[in-house]
Amino acid sequence: MLDILIVDDSAAIRKILQRVLRQSEIPIGNIFEAADGNEAIAALKAQHIGLMLSDINMPNMNGLELLSHVKSSESWKNVPVVMVSTEGSQAKVLEAVQLGAAGYVRKPFNADEIKEKLAKFF
Amino acid sequence: MTHTDPVISHQDIVAAIRASTADVFATMLGLEITAEDMQTEPAVTAAPSSGVVSLIGLAGNWCGTGSLACTLAFACRMATHLVATPYDSVNEDVLDAAGEITNMIIGNVKTVLEEKVGPMGLSSPTVIYGRNFQTRSARIHEWIIVPFTCGEERLFVQMCLAPNPDSRSRNGNKGTLRAGFQVPQVLTG
Repeated sequence: MLDILIVDDSAAIRKILQRVLRQSEIPIGNIFEAADGNEAIAALKAQHIGLMLSDINMPNMNGLELLSHVKSSESWKNVPVVMVSTEGSQAKVLEAVQLGAAGYVRKPFNADEIKEKLAKFF
Repeated sequence: MTHTDPVISHQDIVAAIRASTADVFATMLGLEITAEDMQTEPAVTAAPSSGVVSLIGLAGNWCGTGSLACTLAFACRMATHLVATPYDSVNEDVLDAAGEITNMIIGNVKTVLEEKVGPMGLSSPTVIYGRNFQTRSARIHEWIIVPFTCGEERLFVQMCLAPNPDSRSRNGNKGTLRAGFQVPQVLTG
């Protein structure tokens, strides 16, 4: 079972992703939430996170900055990070992949898309 | 030196708004929504209105604002469908949902338009709500308004987009832009 961190400045999206994860057959442990990159770093320090879902456009520290930070950290570089964002251009997706994103889901999304992307990590 | 700048037409914006709004409502809210004919609004208007208006800024070689406007009741309905939790009055969750729906609609419009004019940044949404508030549209450029119906309710997705004068001035062109937003005066409640 993996503990998951959901990072998005929208409380609505965090609730939706929580619901999708809990209603799936994915063996999930605890689900933690963060509203921006800074809160995500604090959660990573405090918890043993096994997988992250992160938005890109967020205040304080955006999702790509967070991704870069996570991938350059000895403690967290192996934590898979799946981006969940309205940013859908090829350039942005490529940027995320080059920074080390393990997957990319465009908003709007349905439950099956999330489950499909996460299945390979379990 | 002359060069041809890429241009976004009204048709480009309207098509992107219609497709994006339908996609968001079908995928995330499970609601059927029907687009009406596009309107343009060049006039500066000021009259009492009520409801929820959510604004989001775009900036790049082109810049401007996108917005979503609806009644308080419809904002509650959208939040209820988005988060699968009943809301019968406006609260933080309803406003957050309105902001996120705006983010998804305008964000996807941005992705389509970026293919023509290059990358644009997207701001965090600002959501305004209340009863009997007055607005002023400090604008130079025309607003494109795409109304939608969803059952008995109406939703207005609007966009004002123009070439960025800062981007053009680097090429020796002059331009001015004043940002403003238009609140549809049909919002009453």
